[in-house]
Amino acid sequence: MTRDLLIRGMIAGIVAAFIVTMFARLVAEPQVDLAIAFEASRDQAAHRHAGHAMAMPAAPEPELVSRDTQKGVGLLTATALYGAAVGGIFSLVFAVIYGRVGTLGPRSLSLLMAIGAFIAIALVPAIKYPATPPAVGQHETVVFRTLTYFAMIALSVVAMVLAIKVGRAFANKAGPFNAMLIAAGAYVAIVIAVQFALPAINEVPADFPAVVLWRFRIASLGVQAILWVVIGIGFGATADRVLRKRLSSR
Amino acid sequence: MAAAAVFADDAFIPLSDSGAIPLRDIVPWAIFGLLLAMIALYFVSTEQGAYAFFDGMYVHEFVHDGRHLLGFPCH
Repeated sequence: MTRDLLIRGMIAGIVAAFIVTMFARLVAEPQVDLAIAFEASRDQAAHRHAGHAMAMPAAPEPELVSRDTQKGVGLLTATALYGAAVGGIFSLVFAVIYGRVGTLGPRSLSLLMAIGAFIAIALVPAIKYPATPPAVGQHETVVFRTLTYFAMIALSVVAMVLAIKVGRAFANKAGPFNAMLIAAGAYVAIVIAVQFALPAINEVPADFPAVVLWRFRIASLGVQAILWVVIGIGFGATADRVLRKRLSSR
Repeated sequence: MAAAAVFADDAFIPLSDSGAIPLRDIVPWAIFGLLLAMIALYFVSTEQGAYAFFDGMYVHEFVHDGRHLLGFPCH
C-alpha cells in the first residue's frame, strides 16, 4: 500500500518538475541572465578599478558548466531530484495522516496538504529569507545563510504541525470552524515570533536592479506554487485510484 | 468518526477497520523513502555550497539555476 503511494508521489513530483522547468525557462531564466550580466559588468568594473585599465580586458572565467546546460539539463535535473524527493515525502505524510487526521477524501486531502506544504515550506520561509538571484549573496556567508534558511523551514513546519494539534484540541469545544481559525491564528503567531527572532540577512548590492530582484523572487515563488499544486492534484488523482482498488479487493 | 465529505465526488475511502493505513505497512517504506529524499535534496540544495563531499564546483554549477530558483542559498 505505502509502496504504491510512495512510487506515485515520486512520479507526481517528477511530472511537476517538467512543468516547473518549462515555467522557469519562460519566466525565471531571463531574470537569471540579467543578474549574471550585472555580476559580469560589476566584476569588469572592479577589475578596471584595480589598475588594469591599460592591460588586456579581463578574460571571463572559463565556464565549468555552460549557461545552456545550466538552463536546460541542469535545471531539469535539479527540479526533478527536488520534485521526486518532496513528492516521495509528501506521499509518506499522506499515508500517515489519511484516515488519522479527519476523514477527507484522498483528492481533497492531497490538495489541502499541498497548499499547506507550499505555505509552510516555500511561502513563509521566503518572507524571511527570499530567494536570491546570482550576484546577490556573499561566498563567505553561505554556511550561515543555509543554516538559517533550513532552520526557518524546519520551524515553520513544526509551527504548522503544532497549530493543527491546537486546532484539533479545540474542535469539540469551539466547533470546527472556530477551531480552524484558532489553528491559523496559532500558526501566524508562532511564525511572527520565529521570524522576529531569526537573524536578518541582507546582501543585496546597493546598485542591483530592483525590478530584476522582484521578478526573480516572484518567479521563484511561482516555481514552488506550481510544483506543489501539480503534486497535490496529481498525487491525489493517482492515490484515489490506488485506494479504490485496495477497497474493492478487501 | 463523522464522514462528511467536503466534495460529494471525493468521499473518504476506508482502508482498514480504523480507516487508516496500518503503521507497520508505512514504517519500512518511510525509512527507505526519507533516506532517498534526503540524499537527493542534499545534492540539489547544499553540496559544494554550504558543505562539500566532493572537490570542485561541478555539482554546484550543474544544479546552479535550480538551486537559486528553489530558494536555496547558492553562493
